[in-house]
Amino acid sequence: MLAVRVIPCLDVARGRVVKGTRFVDLVDEGDPPELAERYAREGADEIVFLDISAAPEGRATLRDIVERTARRAFVPLTVGGGVRTPSEMRDVLRAGADKVSLNTAAVADPDLVRRCARRFGSQAVVVAIDARRAVKSPGQAAAWEVVVKGGRETTDLDAVAWAERVVDLGAGELLVTSIDRDGTQSGYDTALLRAIADRVPVPVVASGGAAGPSDFVAAVLEGGASAVLAASIFHRRQHSIAAVKAAMAAAGIPVRLVPEAAA
Amino acid sequence: MTRIAVVDYGAGNLVSIDQALRAAGSDVVIARAAPDLDGADGLIVPGVGAARPAMDRLRRRGLVEPIRRWIAADRPFLGICLGMQLLFEGSDEDGARTLGVLPGRTVLLVGAPRLPHIGWNAVRRRRPHPLFAGVAPDAPFYFVHSYAPHPAGPNAMDVALAVTDHGPDFVSAVARGRLAGVQFHPERSGRDGLRLLANFATLAGKAA
Repeated sequence: MLAVRVIPCLDVARGRVVKGTRFVDLVDEGDPPELAERYAREGADEIVFLDISAAPEGRATLRDIVERTARRAFVPLTVGGGVRTPSEMRDVLRAGADKVSLNTAAVADPDLVRRCARRFGSQAVVVAIDARRAVKSPGQAAAWEVVVKGGRETTDLDAVAWAERVVDLGAGELLVTSIDRDGTQSGYDTALLRAIADRVPVPVVASGGAAGPSDFVAAVLEGGASAVLAASIFHRRQHSIAAVKAAMAAAGIPVRLVPEAAA
Repeated sequence: MTRIAVVDYGAGNLVSIDQALRAAGSDVVIARAAPDLDGADGLIVPGVGAARPAMDRLRRRGLVEPIRRWIAADRPFLGICLGMQLLFEGSDEDGARTLGVLPGRTVLLVGAPRLPHIGWNAVRRRRPHPLFAGVAPDAPFYFVHSYAPHPAGPNAMDVALAVTDHGPDFVSAVARGRLAGVQFHPERSGRDGLRLLANFATLAGKAA
């Protein structure tokens, strides 16, 4: 049976892994390939690199990071940030990524999703959706709006409708981040995950808000997520990947247990 | 030193495969044209994406007939993901005609709970094979695909080396003589994946 993936996310800026609330108070956390290899050893099922600077001059640096990682960590790699054209996507794939995640660029140019899927296959195209709960009047069903640029700009897109649209255009996976929960350690927004997972046939990756193993379990059992992503709780070593997987397994969720990874 | 030719036809990355084979002590040549196969002991066709552009690129590079001849001579061959699907007669994904060295077609994973099938899943061998030497039975490997081969003909069940379930079972590895193919990505599958690639290099070395 297909295992639910546990995915550490590494924020990268200027060739280094950084931590800090996006763009603010960045703290150097180390060399991306080295950290990726460590996580792979500890049981990561996939690694996500997110280029948070996403500056044009950073692209060559990112490709270098991907290539150095692919040479030493034999795990799946997904890269997000800064890809705006199919040829930029090609460069990242050739450097050693399996999947590329499109976010702001897809909102600005939805057809980019179709062009990338046609050229590289749906399995290589992830669309990252940053969503924020919309203010609603009493009695209205919950709704979420798509935000871009790390939550600094709103759009007029409904997150569930946008999810359905990008899947129609060819996205093979959705990385759904609750901007309300991101960085708060108050748990994933399982209602958001469920609303999207029920409407699309592709895997949904939960992101934003993980604090402890029970949050990962809830993202899967309540949210319907096919994979769970987190950054700070792994970087700060609050919880190990093995501990998260042990809790998931205890809840009856299929996971890939790595014998040599200690909890 | 065993030399493995890895076909580069612009479909997917070769970095990890190259590194894994070198770590296993092989000499690696990235093959972009027929002469690059000279002197190789084993041939790997990797690849992701759709079949038609892949076949077009192989044809443009003059690699279709050399690959067919290689397989007809029962020399060590490993197809990975799309590189395995191309061994069959055609693909339902885009209607492409493919190499046709194995009877059957590449078909959509019907009845799957979600597609694409992305992640680690158990590869259950139906019989022992040296490609999996030292790999635990049912060990998980990394998949990222929506289509898989459906072997046909009287020897279909012999060709199917392993199965994996995503909804119903599908064929996740095939083998016939020195030909093998895997739907998963050994170059992304950690220690067991490295072992599989090293096993292929060993088989190629023995056949040389």
